[in-house]
Amino acid sequence: MSFGLNRHELSLGQKLWQVNWGIVLILTALACIGFAMLYSAAGGAMEPWAQRQMLRFALGFCIMIVVAVIDIRFWMRWAYVLYAGTLVMLVAVELQGRVGMGAQRWLDFGFVQLQPSELMKIMLVLVLAKHFHSIPLERMGRISAWGPPALLLAVPVALVAKQPDLGTSLMLIMGSAAVAFAAGMRWWKFALAIIGAAAAAPVAWNFLRDYQKERILTFMDPSRDPLGAGYHITQSKIALGSGGLTGKGFLLGTQSHLNFLPEKQTDFIYTMFAEEFGMVGAMTLLALYALLILYGFAIALRASTQFGRLVAVGIVTHLFLSVFINCAMVMGMIPAKGVPLPMISYGGSSMLVTMLGFGLLMMVWVHRDTQFSRGGLQDSD
Amino acid sequence: MGRRQRDQDRERLFTRRALLLGAAQACLFGGLGARLYYLQVIEAEKYATLAEDNRMNMRLLVPPRGRILDRFGEVLATSRLNYRVVLVREQAPNVEATIDAIARLITVGEADRRRVLRDVRRKRAFVPVMVREDLSWEEVARLEVNAPDLPGVSIDVGQSRLYPHTEAVGHILGYVGIVSEVDLKSGTGDPLLELPDFRIGKNGVEKIHDQALRGVAGASQIEVNAVGRVIRELNRDDGRPGRDVELTIDIHLQAFVRERVGEESTAAVVMDCRNGEILSLVSAPAFDPNMFSAGLKASDWEELQAHPKTPLTNKAVSGQYAPGSTFKMVTALAALEAGVITANQTIHCPGHYELGERRFHCWKYKGGHGAMNMAEALMQSCDVFFYEIARRIGIDKISDMAQRLGIGSLLGIELPGERSGLAPTRAWYQRRRAASWPQGETVNAAIGQGMILATPLQLATMTARLASGLAISPHLTRTIGGRVPLDRAHAAPPSLGINPQHLALVQRGMAMVTNEQRGTGYKARITEPGLEMAGKSGTAQVRIISKAERDTGVKKNEDLPWRFRDHALFVGFAPLVNPRFACAVVVEHGGGGSSVAGPMVRDILLETQKRDALKRVAGCLTCGGEHRG
Repeated sequence: MSFGLNRHELSLGQKLWQVNWGIVLILTALACIGFAMLYSAAGGAMEPWAQRQMLRFALGFCIMIVVAVIDIRFWMRWAYVLYAGTLVMLVAVELQGRVGMGAQRWLDFGFVQLQPSELMKIMLVLVLAKHFHSIPLERMGRISAWGPPALLLAVPVALVAKQPDLGTSLMLIMGSAAVAFAAGMRWWKFALAIIGAAAAAPVAWNFLRDYQKERILTFMDPSRDPLGAGYHITQSKIALGSGGLTGKGFLLGTQSHLNFLPEKQTDFIYTMFAEEFGMVGAMTLLALYALLILYGFAIALRASTQFGRLVAVGIVTHLFLSVFINCAMVMGMIPAKGVPLPMISYGGSSMLVTMLGFGLLMMVWVHRDTQFSRGGLQDSD
Repeated sequence: MGRRQRDQDRERLFTRRALLLGAAQACLFGGLGARLYYLQVIEAEKYATLAEDNRMNMRLLVPPRGRILDRFGEVLATSRLNYRVVLVREQAPNVEATIDAIARLITVGEADRRRVLRDVRRKRAFVPVMVREDLSWEEVARLEVNAPDLPGVSIDVGQSRLYPHTEAVGHILGYVGIVSEVDLKSGTGDPLLELPDFRIGKNGVEKIHDQALRGVAGASQIEVNAVGRVIRELNRDDGRPGRDVELTIDIHLQAFVRERVGEESTAAVVMDCRNGEILSLVSAPAFDPNMFSAGLKASDWEELQAHPKTPLTNKAVSGQYAPGSTFKMVTALAALEAGVITANQTIHCPGHYELGERRFHCWKYKGGHGAMNMAEALMQSCDVFFYEIARRIGIDKISDMAQRLGIGSLLGIELPGERSGLAPTRAWYQRRRAASWPQGETVNAAIGQGMILATPLQLATMTARLASGLAISPHLTRTIGGRVPLDRAHAAPPSLGINPQHLALVQRGMAMVTNEQRGTGYKARITEPGLEMAGKSGTAQVRIISKAERDTGVKKNEDLPWRFRDHALFVGFAPLVNPRFACAVVVEHGGGGSSVAGPMVRDILLETQKRDALKRVAGCLTCGGEHRG
């Protein structure tokens, strides 16, 4: 039995019409800024980065549109399978490292090197949304409500932390927490978790690798290692600050072009942008991201199913986390960690996963009025 | 509760919490914006400066070091272009193979090869590493022709100091060397001193005129990237090349004097009586300054250090000797000026002189000289005559005259290591020994023994002042950068203020030394008419001759070990009328002044005058032989 209005099945054309082209426009604009910065990072050349990034964008674009028009019930039904598949890939990365190829975070698919940990962010959002979709509000306190998500989260976090990639495992936790929070998890459970984490921190410190400890210590006091890890942050701040209000001009950033800035095509691309286009440019870029996030929340609030709402919140929270952590890092507000800037940093995994995420976000929009039961199958209870 | 109701509750809770999440995210984004504002607006200036500091680099341009020339413009020291073959690792795919390829074209020693491989590992990939220097033109050409087969190999030109006249002027020119810690601290903060390859004057004129010779560093402002590679030049200031320093030395006379004094431990100074210009200043044995510019080997250095005849010391300014009888002119003038004796008064010499309990011997202690006047006493170098007049005037008047004639204080010659000699006074003795001056020392001082000390330069200065009556100061520098140095007080030397008749008497006595048959220096006379010289011999005892030895017969100098032999001294000026040149020679442990040093002074003064005449004929008559070229 069903209640509420079930929108009749949409045709492909209708779905494409429904795709949120505003989001597509902003994403394309961001990608174009990325191409320009990669062109600049290469000293004014398409090679080696800009051209490849364009191809990836094209691929990501297709994936995004396809994802957006696939029915929401498909995603709901296959969420666990997709999650399990990604988990297998994570394990594969781990095994691959053991077999003797050294520590790696990605699987090589020829045309793209995919980081399963990036993909896991999305898949975790899907399974958590599916899970909480099926839990009525009054049952949120039971162990059956929060036990499975904790397990779903703990396994990939452990695998990713072991890579070791502390940054991504923290992002997995924070993204999942946002989904659980939006789903109605009680305040005190978060408080308890935070207290527990704080208590465990000194123990965890001993499990950190030396370079991770170094990053945290260097963040606390960048001058303790002016030529090592602290050098990156210091040079990044110099680049940002010297950009001033209006920047040094496209292709004219001295810090980036004279290589004082490390990894300018990936983690520090925002610094390069802010050096060449100043505060005006840097704020504009932040505004574009804010607009995307705003779109995400609007879609979440408009969606008629809990699954859709939670997927939307999870996706935008991950976007927010990536943008915030990357920007805060290059501005010297948090420890340096390898988090790329979505849509702009050079890298296949980040771009494909981001666009996959926005495909899902638009999918929620396209199917905002589709009604279905907790199981995800129409007209069944 | 209906399911619809429950879903609505859930949606309301979701909405609240989503808005909370959104608000939190907005706050954090606001934090990013604030941070951007702080970095890019408030702190912008500071970071802009830091960014400029990052990319700008000053590269010093080393100015070419000035040359040192002799009085006729002949080059004494110059900076030779030093062709070096250098290797840049990042352009050479295989360093070992490249060195092998170089070694097939020019000789590369095994030590060089090891050094290159070591440097290549240590230095950054784009820093050139020197493979070999001092390439001949032929070697340069061979490498250039094969350049296509030698990737990363290039020829680089540096400066290295060259002294064409080698050891003849070694002591005057000094040498250049690597900047030491001490040089850095005492330096004026000249950035050139911090360059690893930079050389500064370490001795001689190279040291004294280092600032002028060095020039002023230029600078090239360059843009560099994070690893220090040069991207482009932004600004350039060429600096100022070092100035040429022209000396008063006549290099050909210098070479002649150097040749004449030989390898005995000798100092010789030739000076222009009228203005104090030093035409030649020799200390033997000498060293070749080129050895230092190439980098002295430890064994060579030790050999120079350990040499018993101290080739590294410039004895002409640093050697202090008892002047012996060459000091008698000082005693004579002091007595004449004090009025205790006149030209014709005589003193009887019985061969010895009694003072209280002590007996002082004349060098002719058997029989003595008999009655002597001033000129005769100088001619025969009668010790008793000077003992007596010295006793009459006392040590202070003698010392005062010594100082007036240039002995006992620094003369300010442009050479390092100049020493002051010693002209003792009663007050000085009281201060130094806390006792009153012993009379016997006055008697010793009268004949330049005892405490009196003089450098060869001071003896030459004394002779020049005696000959001209002018208070000339000895100096080596004619011009710096084509201009006469500002502190030149010697341009018109003042008169000594000594009665000309007294001077004439002493000059006559000196003339008799070398021109009268009974004179002690007759054998060393100049026979060419018009070029005759006046002189005075001196023999400075190094050891005390005991009474017992005197009774049994004084040992002959040749029978003694070298280090106990007497110093031989001779001073002279020429010509007799309107003297032009003064010369002093000291031969350490050389024996008799008239027999060893006298002939050297004769030959040197003769050559000096002949060269002067030649220059006058070759040049123009009016400029007095100072015509350039």
